[in-house]
Amino acid sequence: MGLEVTVRAEAPIPLDVAFRVEPGELLALVGHSGSGKTTLLRTMAGLWRPQFAQVRVNGSTWLDTAGGVDLPPHRRRVGVVFQSYALFPHMTALQNVMAAMDRADCAEAQRILDLVNLHGLAARKPAELSGGQQQRVAVARALARRPRALLLDEPFSAVDHATREKLYGEIIALRAHLAMPVVLVTHDVNEAQLLADRMVVIERGSVVREGTTAEVMADPEALRAMGIREVAAMLPAMIAEHGADGLTRLEAATGPLFLPTVDGAVGASVRVRIMAHEVILSRDRPVGLSAQNILPGRITRIVPGRGPAVTVHVAIGADEILSRITRRAAEQMQLEPGQGVHAILKTMSVARHHVAKAPATAADRLQGE
Amino acid sequence: MDWTALWLSLRLAAWTVAILLPVSILMGRYLAYRQFRGKGLVEALVMLPLVLPPTVFGFYLLVAFGRASPLGEFWQEMFGTQLVFSFEGLVVASVIFNLPFAIQPAQRGFEAIPVEVREAASCCGMSPLASLWRIELPLAWPGVMTAMVLTFAHTLGEFGIVLMVGGSIPGETQTIAIAIYDRVQAFDDRSAAIMSAVLVGISLFTIAITFWLSARVGRRLS
Repeated sequence: MGLEVTVRAEAPIPLDVAFRVEPGELLALVGHSGSGKTTLLRTMAGLWRPQFAQVRVNGSTWLDTAGGVDLPPHRRRVGVVFQSYALFPHMTALQNVMAAMDRADCAEAQRILDLVNLHGLAARKPAELSGGQQQRVAVARALARRPRALLLDEPFSAVDHATREKLYGEIIALRAHLAMPVVLVTHDVNEAQLLADRMVVIERGSVVREGTTAEVMADPEALRAMGIREVAAMLPAMIAEHGADGLTRLEAATGPLFLPTVDGAVGASVRVRIMAHEVILSRDRPVGLSAQNILPGRITRIVPGRGPAVTVHVAIGADEILSRITRRAAEQMQLEPGQGVHAILKTMSVARHHVAKAPATAADRLQGE
Repeated sequence: MDWTALWLSLRLAAWTVAILLPVSILMGRYLAYRQFRGKGLVEALVMLPLVLPPTVFGFYLLVAFGRASPLGEFWQEMFGTQLVFSFEGLVVASVIFNLPFAIQPAQRGFEAIPVEVREAASCCGMSPLASLWRIELPLAWPGVMTAMVLTFAHTLGEFGIVLMVGGSIPGETQTIAIAIYDRVQAFDDRSAAIMSAVLVGISLFTIAITFWLSARVGRRLS
């Protein structure tokens, strides 16, 4: 079951990648531009045929170069959201959605448009819609195909930051309705961590690291391949109070967490992405610090990297956060697994777009384990 | 006023447009989407009638249509008539010399469709034929429409090639452009003036229709 992909090619770029996506799971293909991730997506959609490739969905073969099977895109039942959205400019939003249906069903198209929060805009042409609205039409159109696999090609890269945050929330909410495997192609690690259950990191056409989002994001080697120091953990939390001074109090297993205003009602579940290099460790509870967030926890693992830094995994209740400190500091503090420490997080170090609504899907429960 | 000549010209233009419409769509689309060796040569060949003197082009067609040529021989055997100095011959000549007008604007029209839009059509489950009908033709329509109007207007006005291939047989090959020439030769300036004015009127009307149509399509798309 699910989507199984194997690709080997020499041109246009060398590729040697295999992965699998379960039904209902969202897999992020993460890599730089030119890493080959878009070529993989095009192979799944049937828009590109590499020298050697196999694409199987729920047991039926879409592409098998060795076996001589190569279904054209229109016979693959695939939903694709293009980077440029590629909406049909001469059709209204509603017509765009209906164009992807086997039998045009106006009521059903309307329902899908409602699902992506586009009520009232059905009669607009793409040129009369904002970037975010166009993206929603593109998602609705991809869903109207009743796809066996949903492919998203950098779907957030053409909108501004504020819109992007809103769209993240909508995709997370939409996941409750998606039973098919979903593949997200992105170069944005933050996006991948907020949205994906699992990640495949691709560099120069081959897989550097594959695993759950938490595993990959805790692995400095994998992240170095992406050219970043963005080791980070996701912390589930709940909005407890919006303060008058512009700070929102979140309740996490770690105790209260103070962040710059977080969108959402009091009581809403969120996930906060905490960058490892923003977390300072202290063996004793510090006093007189400007940092508002001091989280007591226990060291579970210390993972050395190739460079001068180590990643310290700190269990805080049922959750885990990561701290990236120098090897020298770890030695001087004589840190060891099992020790109690305090993780210190500066309030302003969590960017607004690092906070996302918590999804309510089975896949998320798996990720939380 | 020579109504026979006008009617013949309109019939010739209508036949030419009818035959070239599918050619315009298929060739324009093919040249717009495909990259292949010798594409430049094909495009140059299509444009050739635009740069050759009509008499030169007409002369080659005359030779090609003659009873001594394979085409002329084939036509004679199939239909029992000859291709030169006949209405059918005129239609064939007209189709050939209108190729640049019929293909170029359509090609530009198809080229203007972003490749992802075509890919999206196919990912939406549309077969190539469905994609052509529902997505590509509506988007390339201003180009195809321009091609057809240019073809129509150009057929009404062509003189040299028609004279070479068809001669000037009233009711068979004498188009309005040639009738005007004949009237002038016979010092009948009044008839020539009336027919010229009618031709100006028809040409203006077709061009106005194109502008109106393309503006309408433009509004629909934007």
